Amino acid sequence: MKITSIIALATAGLVAAAAANAQSREQIQIVGSSTVFPFSTAVAERFGNTTDFQTPIVESTGSGGGIRLFCSGVGVEHPDITNASRRMKGSELETCMENGVTEVTEAKIGYDGIVVANDRSAPVYNVTRAQLYQALAAQGDLPTMWNEIDPSLPAVEIEIFGPPPSSGTRDAFEELVMEEGCEEAGVADCENAAEIRDDGVYVDAGENDNLIVSRLEANPQALGIFGFSFLDQNSDAIQGAVVDGVEPTFDAIASAEYPVARSLYFYIKNAHVGVIPGMQEFADMFMSEEMIGEDGQLIDIGLIPLPEEEFLDVQSQVNNLTALQSGDL
Amino acid sequence: MVAMNELSAVHGSDASQRRLKKRRAAEMRLKAYGIAAIFLAGAALVTLMWSVVGNARYALSESYITLPIELSAEELGVDPSDPSTLRGGSYERLVRDEVRERFDYVEGRTLRRELSDLYSAAAAFDLRDMVIADPDLIGQTIDVRMLASDVTDLYLKGEFGTLRTPDTDADLDFTFDEEDSVAIEASAPIFEDILRDVQRDLVQLSNRREREAGRQEAGRVEFERRAEAAETEEERTRNLEEAQRRADARDALLAEVEDLRARADDPEGFEELTENNESVLIQVNGGWLKATAVSASTATAEILVPLADRNLAGADYTLYVQPVPAIARPISDEKIVWIEELRGDGAVEQVFNWRLFSAGDSRDPERAGIWGAVVGSFWTMIVTFVLAFPVGTLAAIYLEEFAPKNRFTDFVEVNINNLAAVPSIVFGLLGLAVFLGFFGVPRSAPIAGGIVLALMTLPTIIIASRAAIRAVPPSIRDAALGLGASKLQTSFHHVLPLAMPGILTGTIIGMAQALGETAPLILIGMVAFIVDIPGGITDPATVLPVQVFRWSDFPERAFEARTAAAICVLLIFLVLMNALAVFLRKRFERRW
Repeated sequence: MKITSIIALATAGLVAAAAANAQSREQIQIVGSSTVFPFSTAVAERFGNTTDFQTPIVESTGSGGGIRLFCSGVGVEHPDITNASRRMKGSELETCMENGVTEVTEAKIGYDGIVVANDRSAPVYNVTRAQLYQALAAQGDLPTMWNEIDPSLPAVEIEIFGPPPSSGTRDAFEELVMEEGCEEAGVADCENAAEIRDDGVYVDAGENDNLIVSRLEANPQALGIFGFSFLDQNSDAIQGAVVDGVEPTFDAIASAEYPVARSLYFYIKNAHVGVIPGMQEFADMFMSEEMIGEDGQLIDIGLIPLPEEEFLDVQSQVNNLTALQSGDL
Repeated sequence: MVAMNELSAVHGSDASQRRLKKRRAAEMRLKAYGIAAIFLAGAALVTLMWSVVGNARYALSESYITLPIELSAEELGVDPSDPSTLRGGSYERLVRDEVRERFDYVEGRTLRRELSDLYSAAAAFDLRDMVIADPDLIGQTIDVRMLASDVTDLYLKGEFGTLRTPDTDADLDFTFDEEDSVAIEASAPIFEDILRDVQRDLVQLSNRREREAGRQEAGRVEFERRAEAAETEEERTRNLEEAQRRADARDALLAEVEDLRARADDPEGFEELTENNESVLIQVNGGWLKATAVSASTATAEILVPLADRNLAGADYTLYVQPVPAIARPISDEKIVWIEELRGDGAVEQVFNWRLFSAGDSRDPERAGIWGAVVGSFWTMIVTFVLAFPVGTLAAIYLEEFAPKNRFTDFVEVNINNLAAVPSIVFGLLGLAVFLGFFGVPRSAPIAGGIVLALMTLPTIIIASRAAIRAVPPSIRDAALGLGASKLQTSFHHVLPLAMPGILTGTIIGMAQALGETAPLILIGMVAFIVDIPGGITDPATVLPVQVFRWSDFPERAFEARTAAAICVLLIFLVLMNALAVFLRKRFERRW
């Protein structure tokens, strides 16, 4: 064994690492929400397959983590696009601007329903947001059985598997179910309504939704919180609860009848357009009729399309790279 | 043994006999525990392998649909004489149109979309690559093998139930009422079983409704009690209203229960088939019918595939039952019929899934492969080896051969031993902060992963190398020094070669551990979706265990099998690496 040659190799490796720093990037780098991840990857793959550009790299970091990376600066070492399952916050845009990312284009791609589901062998739950709030709120009575909330709900223990605090689904659930439910329930003080109880009734089941599905199968009494696309793909194992009298179906979410639906977004760093090859083309492909239009490919994998008028609006916004103003959020 | 027995006879008092018996019994018990432990461990391993390999076998074959396609230059929008236009042709439209032509009776937007889901998006890309490789194909009509979509593939593998033919024998009489509806009358009660299934479901539903009615009743009682206890008039009215609402709901449910029970008990019943029931399909005269409602010997059906001839007097038919209800499978009855039609034409085939081993990652399960992850793992391991092996070995030599024994070296040693036990994710955090944040090593690249894994492996290598060096007898060193070799020469010419097998074994085991590592790589971005095969250590890449982690998170059912297949490949790599370590030890081991 020639030790010297090995040392030489090792040095070469380190030099390469240092040199990589100065290289430019050929492919688009995308970070962000795990909910948007499946849609983003589908577009990315198609983009690589049908254009002369390289396939973008998509990383699932969660909405908050993605925006943090995205906003950390301008330059090839920072990502070009971030996916988000909620709208960027005003404070986040401020951070962006402080770090030199002054021009950011917002692209709304569609909706995703949040469903509360249980195992197919158990009866369908019919709940209101007020009841969900009462079951999960950290403040108030802390009931342990569903029929304590309303005698016409089944007499089983409340047990709900859901996403962790880092998740965008959790943010949206807190906003759309907990806060609204608090108002609905007529509670006097809804200041801390979003707070979810931590006495074991709500089980933080991690980001892996397949895991939640199998836990529901093992425990038919429990409920789980998912994005709609998961219910769609696993409809043989689980069923969605009726919330406020509306079943979580594709049509009900698309028509905004189903109350728990959120918008999905991606954000473009305008400063990188023209520097990283294919940025504009990628954004245009994402916003095209054949991707997120009524009949688009992403609709097949669970995205719920925007209404026609809004779709055209957003599309032109992305085509023109209209930058977000801090007043918009 | 004889001598033992004689000795025993000498010490043959009753007490010693008892002690001896006890001792032997203890020995036997220990043996039994040992065997049980091995058996348990073996059983765990077998269960693991069984579930993984059992799942993985679904991924080992892929399905193709063959259709004749006319590659007209006009429809493709390409110029055969200009190769640069070939890539931009509209292959997808061509494929879609040809499939629509094959199933020209399919109408309506939803059904046509479903038709496009028979085959994978890869079909068009494969066709494109074929044309680019051989532009002479343009203008010809060729049989194109199109990769089937994941759902089609799973259906063909029997994941969503296989059609079975009930053992019945009756003449059927068909009457066409309207355009799309058929009344069927059978000479024997051939639909009896299906009707009984539907009625059993009705009973279940009625029981469920009854329980719901009971809960509504409980609600009524509760709200009436609250109304009585109410302090203000307003509260009383509200509770009474609520109680009334529950009472109405209860009455509606009870009425439904009665109705359901009556339907369930009626042997003459004529019940609609819903998504919750088995599907009943009838193939007759080249067409397919699907029953929408049945009684024991009659049925109504809709036409899924038009019949060649509507004169069905005495026509042969085949009755099929799909045992998995529509709601529990992601494939519609229409699609099942199309696939069965193709199968009847001999246009469906299943072949070994080479794509799984040669393709990069993909969002479509049928197209996804592990080659990208294997290459990524390879580059990462190269970086890890190049960094960890020389550094680890040199550190070990210094510590064993040259370092003075003092507090400082003790301190270093304690730290190395502790580092070996630090959870791997901590190294990921370190890598994120130092290499990505400070030195600007590219995200998602094998170089970043390799550096982090090298740090993680270093303590293992150092500890193993030190043990190997220590095992070289001092006589070798003394002899070398005695013949006038310097300390450096002794170490590198005599000690190191003798210690090498042990060092290599330790290194390989450390590397195998690094190969299976996921947690630290998540932090430095190697969990990304990367389609292209990495060409070097700075290209974005992912590694095998991370690929397993990512695939396990996808909702598509077909990824389950692929996840298992990727696990198998990873296990094979690990076994091979450990086998190499054993081989090296056996080959170069020297006994003193």
